[in-house]
Amino acid sequence: METLKQYLQEHPFFEGLPENDVDLLVGCAKNVRFETGAQIFREGEKANQFFILRHGRVAIDIYSPGKGNITVETLDAGEVFGWSWLVPPFCWNFDARVIELTRAVAMDAECLRKKLKSDPRLGYEMFKRFAKVMTQRLQAQRVQLLDVYSA
Amino acid sequence: MNTDPMVPDLFRVQKVRKETLDTFTLELSPKQKKFRFEPGQFNMLYVSGAGEIPISISGNPNQPESLIHTTRAVGSVTNAMRKLKAGDYLGVRGPFGTKWPVDKAMGDDVVIITGGIGLAPLRPAVYDILAKRGRYGNVVLLYGARTPEDILYPKEIMGWRSRFDMDVHVTVDRAAGSWHSNVGVVTKLIPKAPFDPQNTTAFICGPEVMIRFTTQELKKRGLSDDKIYVSMERNMKCAIGFCGHCQLGPYFVCKDGPVFRYDEIKRLLEIREV
Ligand SMILES: Cc1cc2nc3c(=O)[nH]c(=O)nc-3n(C[C@H](O)[C@H](O)[C@H](O)COP(=O)(O)OP(=O)(O)OC[C@H]3O[C@@H](n4cnc5c(N)ncnc54)[C@H](O)[C@@H]3O)c2cc1C
Ligand code: FES
Repeated sequence: METLKQYLQEHPFFEGLPENDVDLLVGCAKNVRFETGAQIFREGEKANQFFILRHGRVAIDIYSPGKGNITVETLDAGEVFGWSWLVPPFCWNFDARVIELTRAVAMDAECLRKKLKSDPRLGYEMFKRFAKVMTQRLQAQRVQLLDVYSA
Repeated sequence: MNTDPMVPDLFRVQKVRKETLDTFTLELSPKQKKFRFEPGQFNMLYVSGAGEIPISISGNPNQPESLIHTTRAVGSVTNAMRKLKAGDYLGVRGPFGTKWPVDKAMGDDVVIITGGIGLAPLRPAVYDILAKRGRYGNVVLLYGARTPEDILYPKEIMGWRSRFDMDVHVTVDRAAGSWHSNVGVVTKLIPKAPFDPQNTTAFICGPEVMIRFTTQELKKRGLSDDKIYVSMERNMKCAIGFCGHCQLGPYFVCKDGPVFRYDEIKRLLEIREV
């Protein structure tokens, strides 16, 4: 059976990280499972985790009064999500809702923040990797804003 | 059938179908029983008192007994066309233009990427490829729409999706309620789509901004420009290469297009209008 360490080592997000860095990260990681319909987090709640989706599908929702939940993005296996744990005030900006049974690796934010603070090299490395994910999402959302199918 | 390409033939509207809030399909019955065309070609449709516009043929090229066009109402002519009822008449000139290279793509995987109304001009290519399914590798359709309500031909897409020999992925920009599929731009579906970049032909139809982002993603997967085909739109008048209305650099979209190989027009798409 694949261990958490093996999984993280093989995931593109952690590609090239030395083994002792991965060991440090594994210390903050655990496997989690969410049933269809479960709410992983809600806007405004404390962001004390981030996730690497192993299987399933998660909807990122914005609640709009009068309209209910509007899904603005879905995430599938392999994707990394949740970066509010990186930036004060460490609160989620969106809701995350499970639309297909989901298995993920959850990384404990408090544990990670401590480790990254005491190891600035690894801290910088993680920020760089998150910046890449955030840039890709931002780019995709800009294209979405262009309303490309009716331009 | 008229021999002068500038004189329209009158076709009777057989059926009108509302597809989405702003999109409708007209089924016309050809006078001479059959209207032959190639996937990707278009007709000039003339609505009496309103004007004439280019609309792609969106029916099955292997069933030429009915002539089908799906149109989005955006302005004066398309809105006048939307008011037509069964039994009304419409002027038709065509078919015009180049085709999707369905024959050239044989032996390759085929990836069809489109958004919104762009599925209409590509549907004949899907029909044709599925009619000769054994001659292609993987067949993949990636389709994007604004919302679930804007998805064109939803029943047909579900039918394609349930086939074992076709991969269909649909995404919307935003969704409320019971939508359980992808949300995000159509380009996000490209990295995981099942095709071999070294042996794939891509067909893209959509607004130019969508074409731009789609080609970028295909190139990241390793597809070369000469394996990508795009359908272009320009305002048209004559549709036979006379008037110059549809000029795109050295090309006339009505005659040299609307389907172009991407490397032929790439430079022209990169030029910003002043
Ligand atoms: C080869 C070819 C094939 C086409 N196939 C189809 C098809 O299968 N189905 C279909 O619905 N349309 C298709 N079109 C586009 C269609 O020809 C135009 O939407 C139509 O000419 C608009 O005419 P109108 O008088 O209704 O709008 P106009 O009064 O001319 O324009 C009204 C408004 O709509 C905008 N507009 C005009 N054309 C477009 C467009 N193409 N997309 C978005 N906004 C536009 C104008 O900028 C303007 O703001 C095709 C165009 C070409 C060149
Ligand atoms: S429309 Fe006249 S040249 Fe193309």
